[in-house]
Amino acid sequence: MTKGRASVRPADYPPPFDAAEAIAAPSDPPDERIDVGLLIVGAGPAGLACAIRFGQLLEDAPELAERLGDVPVAVVEKGKQPGSHLLSGAVVNPRALRRLFKDREKKVEDMPFYGPVHAESVYFLTPKSKTRIPAPPTMRNHGNYVASLSQLSRFLAEEAESAGATILPETAADKLLVDGARVLGIRTGDKGRGRHGEPLPNFEAGSDLVARVTVLSEGTQGHLTGAAIERFGLQGENNQVWALGVKEVWRVAAPLRRVIHTMGWPLRAGARYREFGGSFCYPMGEDMVTLGMVVGLDYRDVELSPHDLLQELKTHPLFRRILRGGERLAWGAKTIPEGGFLSLPKRLHAPGLLLCGDGAGMVNVPALKGIHYAIESGALAAEAAFAALRPGQTPWTPGALESYDEAIRDSFIWTDLQEVRNMRQAFGKGFWLGGALAGAMTATKGRFPPKPLGTEPDSAQTLIRTNRARRYPAPDGKLTFDKLSSVYASGNKTRDDQPSHIRIANPVARDIGEAWVRMCPAQVYELADGGSGDEVTVQVTPSNCVQCGAITAKGGRLTPPEGGSGPEYTLT
Amino acid sequence: MSILVFLEHHGNELQKGSLSVLSKAASLGAGDVYGVVAGSGVRELASGAGKYGASKVFVADDPALEAPLPQPRVDVIATLVREQSIDTVLLAQSVLAADVAAGLSARLDAGLNWELVDIEEQDGKLVGTRPALADSVYVQVGWKGEPCIGIFRSGTFDPKETGGEAEVVDTPVQLEDFSTAATMIEQAHEEQQGPSIEDADVIVAGGRGLGGPENFTLVEELAKALGGAVAATRAVVDAGWYPYATQVGQTGKTVSPKLYVACGISGAIQHKVGMQSSSVIVAINKDPNAPIFEYSDLGVVGDVHEVVPKLTELVKQRKRSAS
Amino acid sequence: MKIAVCVKHVPEAASRRIDPSTKRLDRSGEGALNAFDANALEEALRLKDASGEGEVVAVSMGPQKASDTLRKALAMGADRAVLVSDESAAGSDLVATSYALGKALAREEPDLVLLGQQASDSDGAVLWAAIAERLRRPMISQVAELTASDGKVRGKRQTEFGYDVIEAPLPAVVAVSDAINEPRYPSLKGIMGAKKKPQETLSLDDLGVESERAGEAGSKTEVLGLTDPPARGDSRRIEDDGNAAEQIAEFLAEKRLI
Repeated sequence: MTKGRASVRPADYPPPFDAAEAIAAPSDPPDERIDVGLLIVGAGPAGLACAIRFGQLLEDAPELAERLGDVPVAVVEKGKQPGSHLLSGAVVNPRALRRLFKDREKKVEDMPFYGPVHAESVYFLTPKSKTRIPAPPTMRNHGNYVASLSQLSRFLAEEAESAGATILPETAADKLLVDGARVLGIRTGDKGRGRHGEPLPNFEAGSDLVARVTVLSEGTQGHLTGAAIERFGLQGENNQVWALGVKEVWRVAAPLRRVIHTMGWPLRAGARYREFGGSFCYPMGEDMVTLGMVVGLDYRDVELSPHDLLQELKTHPLFRRILRGGERLAWGAKTIPEGGFLSLPKRLHAPGLLLCGDGAGMVNVPALKGIHYAIESGALAAEAAFAALRPGQTPWTPGALESYDEAIRDSFIWTDLQEVRNMRQAFGKGFWLGGALAGAMTATKGRFPPKPLGTEPDSAQTLIRTNRARRYPAPDGKLTFDKLSSVYASGNKTRDDQPSHIRIANPVARDIGEAWVRMCPAQVYELADGGSGDEVTVQVTPSNCVQCGAITAKGGRLTPPEGGSGPEYTLT
Repeated sequence: MSILVFLEHHGNELQKGSLSVLSKAASLGAGDVYGVVAGSGVRELASGAGKYGASKVFVADDPALEAPLPQPRVDVIATLVREQSIDTVLLAQSVLAADVAAGLSARLDAGLNWELVDIEEQDGKLVGTRPALADSVYVQVGWKGEPCIGIFRSGTFDPKETGGEAEVVDTPVQLEDFSTAATMIEQAHEEQQGPSIEDADVIVAGGRGLGGPENFTLVEELAKALGGAVAATRAVVDAGWYPYATQVGQTGKTVSPKLYVACGISGAIQHKVGMQSSSVIVAINKDPNAPIFEYSDLGVVGDVHEVVPKLTELVKQRKRSAS
Repeated sequence: MKIAVCVKHVPEAASRRIDPSTKRLDRSGEGALNAFDANALEEALRLKDASGEGEVVAVSMGPQKASDTLRKALAMGADRAVLVSDESAAGSDLVATSYALGKALAREEPDLVLLGQQASDSDGAVLWAAIAERLRRPMISQVAELTASDGKVRGKRQTEFGYDVIEAPLPAVVAVSDAINEPRYPSLKGIMGAKKKPQETLSLDDLGVESERAGEAGSKTEVLGLTDPPARGDSRRIEDDGNAAEQIAEFLAEKRLI
């Protein structure tokens, strides 16, 4: 290893992207703009809960509904349909759903869940054995429900539509429309451009979609959320950091009767590796299970590949037994914001704008939970927007949406996240020390340590080499799979001849290029042939992309491709 | 059982596909096998079907049947089926035959199974085999009631001469008004630039293993020697080596030629789903672990730059010595 | 001109499977507009745009979920949608489908019925000819260029032997190939407006289709069994030791491919 390479950080090669590109003034003539009342970006749990709650409130406010025009609520979604881009564990705390539907006939039992959690195990793994450890208090799941977030959100989308929302799938939110200090809405992405951006015969230009209030519920690595945080100076105390999760859904021969979490192998404990994460395996009814591997993107090893770690995980006797005689049905990947409380934006609103859910970083990492925060924040955003739209109120004046921040601070989201605020950072100190610190934090409900632990961006970690990849199993097409067949299993069939939506510096230091090749679960990056020496040219295949967002964390920038592109998840 | 085979002609020849279906029908040994020729001035063609197993060939000869349009042929065959107590009508896949078969199916309320690759008699009833879902499963299909209509995938059988004689019988032509409303304005038979990849019987495809766009000439020359079309993988189209229109795979075209020669293609599933129903797959790749070898009929672990030009030469030699 | 376009709701390619108990394609999962039908719809919209008048009606037959596909057709620009959906129509083959769909089309009295070149789920590429027969109308298939004027349509198509140009008086049935056009994307206004366009669901009873002529009862074909495809016959593997080209040529000759 040369001295120069030892100090390489992805952050030294910033992508050719400026957040200002994602901000624009309206460009369509006023009479061609599409006017809606409440505009929600992203049909995930936060956005759909917001649409449902707003619809409920409008039911009792016919005058306001009238004032909001033909389309009182619109939800834009970049995926083929609601749920297409959603992927999570998922064990869901039903608390927020119960609240959302409290006045309705809907019971949690009637929602598309795979039943409540009855039993759970937490293991510490070594390559061949497992040691059962007591479930940390944050990881106890009694009373929670197993779900496919993709399926749950299709249910929520139907509810939102019957509550009067208009859902606009296959529509990318390309730019945040800002006029002076006020958010006016979004501009949707163009469709039908060729490889070099040239309009094809079926070119369809994007539209200005203007609204009284715009809610960004884009989920992890939100394109406009990032731009809005920068534009309105909303950056929280710490940088946001992310983890990458890769998961599969299997049809299995024998039912699994408990939820399983593991720590340890195939991740390494040493502090210098910074390999924070673990695995999960949940039952989905009698004949399916889902299992996945989550790794913090502050890892340092050039050869670390979350996809291959999941493949390696499945070779452990514990999982071999569960999967024996089974068949892989689905695969997918997505990042998870892990910065927690201290990475939350310092305000969750700007004039005419509200931020919700994962996009704002509302994830409880030690509990592995975020869906109920997304739902709750979406519902609270609806209430704040509704209040600001009442007669005599103007939602785009500074502070008009302040009630949203207040409501979040009064909610369980705040208390929960505050309690665990330093845990993720502690694991940056290595598994064992991190575990001890986390224990102390749990015992003191977050009061220890007295001073917050800082974070560096994931892209600021220097890279190291340890020959990690030689342990990854060769794909056999039965238990273990390569990346391309996995992309196929994600349902991705993105049109190839569209402009690349991935921005990276090129060429880059060899270690960075190789790190991207390994990191990306969808084989988007390859090193161009013949690249020798310390700098390499990275060849990008954007149509493989499942929009997990890891590249944004690790030194590049994901922007939204043409609406309808990307994976078509149905079981994740 | 009495089987009628639709004998399609072009110019002064009965089509090989029709004769193949005819000899397959005869080989069933399940009763009478007849043929039908419909056109204008086609009487001469009819007797030629005898040696492929037809005992009788019905001829519908009428100027109204000059153009190869389906609807008048439905009228002709429907009449024959009724008057001759035909219980089974079989056809070889073509643009014309598919339309004739479906029109006949609706006219007679007769079951139609398509894409057949085999047929046999079981307990006095016919059972066909049809690949489905990109050939990932084979479906055994039957017919309820009579008549039964079946279309065979092209190239499934070869015509077999059995040397018989056919009685040629004229059949009257009575056409419905709507059947003659569509008219042929122009028929152009010019030779094309070479087959498009969707229509080609032979496809030679190149992948990243070629090493560079300049090496596509190897693929083009082999395609030319074999009389086939050139295709490309997504990776090389992405890299700008070859046009998008030639891309085979999940996000490109789906092809099913009789021969698919994969040169320097690793064969990921995204490529496989676009070409796996090719009848014969030959792969040349220097990586012995390339997935394409798992579904090739002939896998050659070798360097495309050496093997392909030699193969092109050998194909040319054989063609020269054959002609 | 009034144009009816037949559109099919097909299961997503990646999740297509045959239900072993019914031996039918499992239609319970996610589905989408059959991509080939988008070409037919696009052509209908272009004909309407060119003439500046007329109506485009999207007609489908399938499970209730097919209304999603019709919504997409409306978003692209169809004026109205008709769905024939009835439990007893499940499992309809060509005979039963063309009978029921023919009734629904006859009820519309369109000048032109347009269809796509094939159904991507069943590989069926014949429905138009059966529909033309049910409606007793002239038909042109595989059309790659279509014009309409003076009460006639003219289609250019490619066959095994070259190009045909065929003309038919209206009313007529035309099936288009996917080479005819590049379907448009639904505009945002189109998607938003789709919900408000008239969408009608008809039962077999509404169409006067007797239950014994629909579904499996009305079908004249049946699936008897499912088997794995035959393994690729004695797959051969050789290492190039200098004469691989000869071995390939031998192999091709053996298979009578050269």
